[in-house]
Amino acid sequence: MIILKTPEEIALIAKASRVVAETLKVLQKAVRPGITTDELDRLAEEEIVSRGAKPAFKGYRSYPKTLCASVNDQVVHGIPSKRVLKEGDIIGLDLGAIVGGFYGDSAVSVSVGKTTERNARLVQVTEEAMYLGIGQAVVGHRLSDISHAVQRHVEAAGYSVVTEFVGHGIGRQLHEEPQVPNYGKPGQGPRLQAGMVLAIEPMVNMGGAAVKILEDRWTAVTVDGSLSAHFEHTIVIEPSGPPRILTQL
Amino acid sequence: MGWRSLGEGVEVVPKEDVIEIQGTVNETLPNAMFRVSLDNGHKILAHISGKMRMHFIRILPGDKVTVELSPYDLTRGRITYRFK
Repeated sequence: MIILKTPEEIALIAKASRVVAETLKVLQKAVRPGITTDELDRLAEEEIVSRGAKPAFKGYRSYPKTLCASVNDQVVHGIPSKRVLKEGDIIGLDLGAIVGGFYGDSAVSVSVGKTTERNARLVQVTEEAMYLGIGQAVVGHRLSDISHAVQRHVEAAGYSVVTEFVGHGIGRQLHEEPQVPNYGKPGQGPRLQAGMVLAIEPMVNMGGAAVKILEDRWTAVTVDGSLSAHFEHTIVIEPSGPPRILTQL
Repeated sequence: MGWRSLGEGVEVVPKEDVIEIQGTVNETLPNAMFRVSLDNGHKILAHISGKMRMHFIRILPGDKVTVELSPYDLTRGRITYRFK
């Protein structure tokens, strides 16, 4: 069942989302060659706690950290470690926070230091695909209109969308109905209604779509070793007009 | 954080308060029940999880599987994963 949120609930999700957005901004500035993903994780936790919120991922299905830091061929859910970032890496920073029992969830991919045009294009196309998906999140459309918009843009650029992970409803729980795939025919699935809160998150591989999960049971990597990028926003569908992006400052 | 969608290689999210253990299927019984010998030597009766059933994951004698046991009844289990 898709839970429609009341304005009071949306206000709390918006607060949590703001914490996530502000923390991601700090992290983006901290990303540089030589920093470890553990250091970014520590910074993320400090920033979230200092804003009176709680990290959402830590302890979620026994996930050990605050941040998901997915470098290069890691698609999502990379566990922060002693790994040192190098010039030219692409890192996906995925973060969630809880305020008053409600969740906000967002992710960005950034290049470490100087990057190549080839890598910058992957990051740019992924971000564009997310915004095209978000643009479809209006009353009267159906869920798969979002999915289709994402897939079309990604595949037109010659990349692949990851199908094994999907976006999701969000609110009192990190993952709620519905699943929001990043692929599919338009015009299918439930009709979108005002008050639905969704996390829209394309994961895009430069090579093939196939991913596998590593031994740690979390880190997803591309099977062919190609680079991957990931963007995510938590949005609320408005009674009319475009959705409000809660994890944007 | 992405939600793991169910596709090929369906993996059921482990529940809290259960014991997860690997075993080998000895025999298939009616009603999607299986006799499984666990790696610790015990033999138990296990059924297949609903999600695996929905995705038509077939289980044959000799397959390695993951079984969830309830701490309250260690003679019955629930198969949550079949190794390829």
